[in-house]
Amino acid sequence: MDPLILSRMQFAANISFHILFPTITIALGWVLLFFKLQFNRTGDHAWMKAYFFWVKVFALSFALGVVSGVTMSFQFGTNWPGFMETVGNIAGPLLAYEVLTAFFLEAVFLGIMLFGFRRVSNRVHTVATFLVAFGTTMSAVWILALNSWMQTPAGFEMRDGVAHATNWFEIVLNPSFPYRLTHMLIASGLTVAFLIAGLSALRYIKGDRSASMFKALKTGVYMGAILIPVQIFVGDLHGLNTLEHQPQKIAAMEANWETRPNVPLVLFAWPDEDARENRFEIAVPNGASLILKHSIDGVVPGLNDFEGEHPPVAPVFFGFRIMVGIGMLMLASSWVGSYYLYRRGKLPMPMAYVFAGMAFSGWIATLAGWYTTEIGRQPWLVSGVLTTADAVARDVPGTHVALTLTIYVLLYLTLMIVYLGVLTHLALKAGKEGDDEPDPAVEDEPLSQPVAGE
Amino acid sequence: MTIDWHVAMPLIFAGLMGLSILIYVILDGFDLGIGILFAVATDDERDTMINSIGPFWDANETWLVLAVGLLLVAFPVAHGIILTSLYLPVFVLLLGLIIRGVAFDFRAKVPVHRKRRWNFLFFAGSLTASLAQGYMLGVYVLGLDRDLASFGFGALVALCLAASYAAMGAAWLIYKTEGELQRKAVKFLRLALAFTAVGMVAVSLATPFASTRIFEKWFTWPEIMWLAPLPIITGAMFVWLWFLTFRLPYKEDEHSITPFLTLAGIFTLGFAGLAYSFYPYVVPERMTIWEAASAPESLAIILVGTCFVLPTIIGYSIFAYRVFGGKATELTYD
Repeated sequence: MDPLILSRMQFAANISFHILFPTITIALGWVLLFFKLQFNRTGDHAWMKAYFFWVKVFALSFALGVVSGVTMSFQFGTNWPGFMETVGNIAGPLLAYEVLTAFFLEAVFLGIMLFGFRRVSNRVHTVATFLVAFGTTMSAVWILALNSWMQTPAGFEMRDGVAHATNWFEIVLNPSFPYRLTHMLIASGLTVAFLIAGLSALRYIKGDRSASMFKALKTGVYMGAILIPVQIFVGDLHGLNTLEHQPQKIAAMEANWETRPNVPLVLFAWPDEDARENRFEIAVPNGASLILKHSIDGVVPGLNDFEGEHPPVAPVFFGFRIMVGIGMLMLASSWVGSYYLYRRGKLPMPMAYVFAGMAFSGWIATLAGWYTTEIGRQPWLVSGVLTTADAVARDVPGTHVALTLTIYVLLYLTLMIVYLGVLTHLALKAGKEGDDEPDPAVEDEPLSQPVAGE
Repeated sequence: MTIDWHVAMPLIFAGLMGLSILIYVILDGFDLGIGILFAVATDDERDTMINSIGPFWDANETWLVLAVGLLLVAFPVAHGIILTSLYLPVFVLLLGLIIRGVAFDFRAKVPVHRKRRWNFLFFAGSLTASLAQGYMLGVYVLGLDRDLASFGFGALVALCLAASYAAMGAAWLIYKTEGELQRKAVKFLRLALAFTAVGMVAVSLATPFASTRIFEKWFTWPEIMWLAPLPIITGAMFVWLWFLTFRLPYKEDEHSITPFLTLAGIFTLGFAGLAYSFYPYVVPERMTIWEAASAPESLAIILVGTCFVLPTIIGYSIFAYRVFGGKATELTYD
């Protein structure tokens, strides 16, 4: 068995599983801070109720993010030694700063955020919540700086086959970084918005009309409604940036086989890599030229310019369409939901089912988007510097990788089922108990940290 | 005097890496150990045991990420060699860490009738991770060979490291609990200490014989004179701790943290001995820290940040340990 394809599958499985949880914790940290600040401002205990419910989801997601993240840090060495040997001088400091400025901050203050509620003052607890949110975001900043550098490397020179840094500002602020960072942070916001809306809608369906449920539901739906237009705008900018720096990726996303003017926007097709053409194509004439070049006869680069060194077309093409499709669903549902919540103060049952069904839509869109951009970088691991094939560990037998891959996949599937089960269980339990659920840690400890309403 | 950064920088980073491995072994040691002790505890005691480590374990495990991260960034070539030759043990370690990490949260959040399953997985994951770490240490000590002898030695070290983690866990429980569980923890500690002692002697004996270079480093005059206190002090601390377990717990909970601090001291001395043996190699007998190091400019970038950030991390970690000081009975993990 070929260790290259197996290692790629294993890395894809690991990182796909991993990214789901930071996608939640990055934005959920800020939402928790929002709940906490609203409580501090209004003294309304329902905000604290919302906080206590969602901090559990945060803790669970954080734990899954940590354990799958530890796995990632080992995989560089076990499967991809060529990566650090070639670009370690660039990737190393970025990863080191992620650990130093983000991981410890999150891990230490998470303890205070989860358990310190009755042990520290309200202000310190609020600060701890802020620091956890700040830490998760810093982590995103560093890792996206590195990922963006792999997509659009800058600020370095090659000496004896090893990359050496020449300008750290250019490395961190490489051409695709600002776009990718913004796009990902908003993606995290949308994922959390729909997760909150979804689980709250589940409580709503179960008959829960408590104040904390409504506070969370409105937060989720309004957050989605505000973020999705911004995301569409940012996504467009990100696409134009990719067109400038990685045209072969755009060509694959659009399944555009020829460089030409008046390129149609392909809505659906089956890209045939052997015949180098699309089957069953449904397209809007001149659409792609209009979007990418802002004129109907704009010349859009095609895959024929990159024959033999462009990414596989079908996964990039479909990944992009799945992401955009979910984005459109998000736009429609969050705006309709906002209308009802704002004007009528309640949600029609069908809308509640829509939100419950879309609870994890952000995950699918995020994964689809990452598949688009990561597969779109192939065959390069670091664009123009290092190919994926050159980075893989050749000393590890394929059978070992096949074994570990199989167990990882089984483990991740199991964990995913349990995670989804626990989240549903928590929502149903909260839906049944409403705001009567007791606050945490009050059984044997007198309230050293008073909560309004008690 | 000018400093030659090509010489100094790898040395500094080897020191930093050693420091974070040591901190990791001491800190995650006690929470892995508590997982191992789950096997001999009742359900109520298990809740208290989890409460005693709940706020800390995330941060404890982050020291492993830092240690591996430093190996990765400072000695990328060595990182590749070590981790590819330990491919399967690393996998087992990760499997254990994943399972126990999620069990912390799942055991408290799943419907009540499934809690025992996650208690078991928490134990199994903690034990697996500890054994895997010990095995990797053993194989690494013998120079990453893949023969039967190194497998046997690895298995021995695996058992002994797991025992010493259990000892750390018991010592932590003596500090964080009271009453019946505390008295039980004293017995656990005594039992685990016996295994730990066997392990440390085995590693100490095997290391010099596995490598003539290390043997000569230890058993030559005059080095042996100033190295001798290392095993002697370690042995003395062991014996003292052994006798202490017959007197604990004291009235007014005096000395409840002494076993933990003593064990941390023993770990530190043992670690210092290992570090002395290996210096200057990062891959035993194959690659020195200078041969494996990244470019000094890149390391300098990290070092500057580390000088500011590491003290901050240690500061707020101490703050967190103070916030959650005292007995663990008043906390709940949900």
